[in-house]
Amino acid sequence: MDFDATFLARLQFAFTVSFHIVFPAFSIGTSAYIATLLLLWSKTGAERYHRLARFWTKIFAVSFAMGVVSGIVLSYQFGTNWSRFSEVVGNVIGPLIGYEVLTAFFLEATFLGIMLFGWTRVPSWLHVTSACVVAVGTAISGFWILSANSWMHTPAGFEMKDGVAHPVDWLQIIFNPSFPYRFTHMMIAAYLTTAVVVLAVGARYLLANKFGEDARTMVRMAVGMIVVVAPLQAFVGDAHGLNTLEHQPAKIAAMEGHWDGSEPVALSLFGWPNAATERTDFELAIPNLSSLILTHHWDGKIKGLKDFPREDRPPLLAPYFGFRIMVAIGMLFIATGVVGAWLLWKRRLWEARWFLWPASLMWPLGFVAILSGWITTEVGRQPWVVHGVLRTADAVSPISFTSVAISLALFVVVYCVVFSMGVFYVNRLINRGPDATVTAPPRHGQPSRPLSAAGETMEAVLDGGALEGTR
Amino acid sequence: MEWYLPLAWGLIIGAAVAMYVVLDGFDLGIGILFPFTKNEHERDQMMNTVAPFWDGNETWLVLGGGGLWVAFPKAYAVVMPALYLPVIVMLLALIFRGVSFEFRWVAKPNKGVWNVAFAGGSIVAAFCQGLILGGLLQGIDAQVVPGRGVQFAGGALDWLTPFSLLCGVGVTLGYALLGATWLNMKTDGEVARRSRAQAVPLLAATLVAMALVSLWTPFAIDRIWERWFSWPNIGLLWPIPLVTAAVAWGVWKGLENEREIGPFLGSIALFFLGFLGLAISIWPYLVPPTLTFWDAAAAPASQIFMAAGTIVLFPIIIGYTVFVYWLFRGKVREGEGYH
Repeated sequence: MDFDATFLARLQFAFTVSFHIVFPAFSIGTSAYIATLLLLWSKTGAERYHRLARFWTKIFAVSFAMGVVSGIVLSYQFGTNWSRFSEVVGNVIGPLIGYEVLTAFFLEATFLGIMLFGWTRVPSWLHVTSACVVAVGTAISGFWILSANSWMHTPAGFEMKDGVAHPVDWLQIIFNPSFPYRFTHMMIAAYLTTAVVVLAVGARYLLANKFGEDARTMVRMAVGMIVVVAPLQAFVGDAHGLNTLEHQPAKIAAMEGHWDGSEPVALSLFGWPNAATERTDFELAIPNLSSLILTHHWDGKIKGLKDFPREDRPPLLAPYFGFRIMVAIGMLFIATGVVGAWLLWKRRLWEARWFLWPASLMWPLGFVAILSGWITTEVGRQPWVVHGVLRTADAVSPISFTSVAISLALFVVVYCVVFSMGVFYVNRLINRGPDATVTAPPRHGQPSRPLSAAGETMEAVLDGGALEGTR
Repeated sequence: MEWYLPLAWGLIIGAAVAMYVVLDGFDLGIGILFPFTKNEHERDQMMNTVAPFWDGNETWLVLGGGGLWVAFPKAYAVVMPALYLPVIVMLLALIFRGVSFEFRWVAKPNKGVWNVAFAGGSIVAAFCQGLILGGLLQGIDAQVVPGRGVQFAGGALDWLTPFSLLCGVGVTLGYALLGATWLNMKTDGEVARRSRAQAVPLLAATLVAMALVSLWTPFAIDRIWERWFSWPNIGLLWPIPLVTAAVAWGVWKGLENEREIGPFLGSIALFFLGFLGLAISIWPYLVPPTLTFWDAAAAPASQIFMAAGTIVLFPIIIGYTVFVYWLFRGKVREGEGYH
């Protein structure tokens, strides 16, 4: 790998997009969770749902802000660092991003204002609706961005004229071959990751004997979600893998550490793929099992890395290890869901500290799995930025090594400072826990005046203290 | 069609950028004015006037950048590398500023760091936007590279000139003016009083900056001299500076008479007039002096596909944006907030 401006630009994009993706993934899940809580509240009137919705909205606000600001960066980086990419495929991908802005970003950002600040200022139905609109907006955003990303993996519906892609069929472009799989896989990942975070927070409170009713509600809801969604994700992930095998066989070969296409594929548990010697060192593998998974035949054959010219092979280590980390975490989630559901059914969950303790530490794992999967698929697409159409090395801007190096250094410093503070503050909010001092507004009709719900605590309102709690 | 499409898209992008400049302008302006009060309650009050809106405001910036890419990919691919450093620094500044809205409340009582981040981020972002404007106005060195079309061919610091620095200062002052007149409208008490007092010198300074830019560009660039001072153009264009002067006088009078809405609307009008002037100067180029709107346009099929959605969605977006501003109408008083 040459250490040049192209490599730095890749590193920069990988860094900024990896930081970014954590927040929208969490926002997609949290906004859906908050909308669910508020809908449950308006249906049942149970105070705890409203309290939990307020609590998670505070966390959501911090995460959403970080997602917005790190996302603006990306919409400009296509041009600053990848101007040739912008030019060559702009006709096709540009409108997908454009539609994301028009159908999702404005919707989310505008209704977020009502969701965050309208608790007592607008009628309940409008507030609940706004929360739902934000949740739908985040999902629409996922639709378009994953469509654009999928097109880079499995481009369709276009023709090349004078070295530039021109659209031919928009439906084929939007619903390109890998899009349904990637979209489903990613959305489930977002919901699953959030469910694990909710579980971890609830478990943490139970272990500390705090916020009992709220904590039990969170754990119950999270376990219910995980036990359904985690196995579903394994199923969807498998289908996604088969789709990749069809369209990007080199990526699958790299993920499996599979060199020789004339041999059946072993399920490689551990190893160290070695590009120089064209074999996987220190390998521990179960013979033929991957053949069975990928081709549904014990002796099924797929292309090995040696079937591709060296210049068309992706880097090996990132897809190989990224894939394994993701799958391992997925398996752990399935087990967590099953065990948690069983304990819940046996009514032993609230005392099962051996389960709650590891569960309380699990919150980062969903994000790790998302990033690992992301790295697997993106590095696995190399050396192409748009598979078969444009090589990454031909996609960069005509800018100097120094400019990219300086900006990369700035990004690393700023992101590390700002986003570790963000995690610190989210942790602080979790430590404070749900606020029981504020009561829910009436479910029907208009609050008599702004902030009337905080009426009983008017003194606190005047010095600004309780207002924070109305959020 | 092939002639009208890029024109229509020029108007759409122009509208998006104008929306951004006005909406995020006052909200960056509040950050720019942050250091001029020491009272934390007043800072809370200032921030609360924009807290429900800032996310939506900033989305116009994404539309500006994204829209430029969608409609004019060749211009996007030349402008972004050319203005690399100011764009990146602006984005980083916006990060600091944006997260401050949330972090500042959670960090209570230790707000100090995020006060600095909010003010610093706002000032740097505004200044960088001015640099970007100046860098674009003065022209970008782009050349035809065989097989690759028009590419940026200049150096990393080409944008850094006295003129672009002037634009940076001008935009920062102008945003501060928008912020001050917004606060005058949305608050009362001490904050409103101080904002009115700040708005008068800011108005004067903004006008000076506008006048300097208006004189500098025609003297430095022949094309712009021709545009404004050749017959019959001068006959058609002379009302623009006159109207600008009249609006400025109206803003000043409004501030003197403690009017609430007038000065803010007048400041917005000043921005629109400045924007109109710049558009007249830059026409027909999107990236002076090489790429016109037509040179840089995306494939017609792409422009049509995107235009279809924009025509439907733009009014809806404007509609719910207005709705949210209406919901959170009225004054934000000290000690009263949404947090």
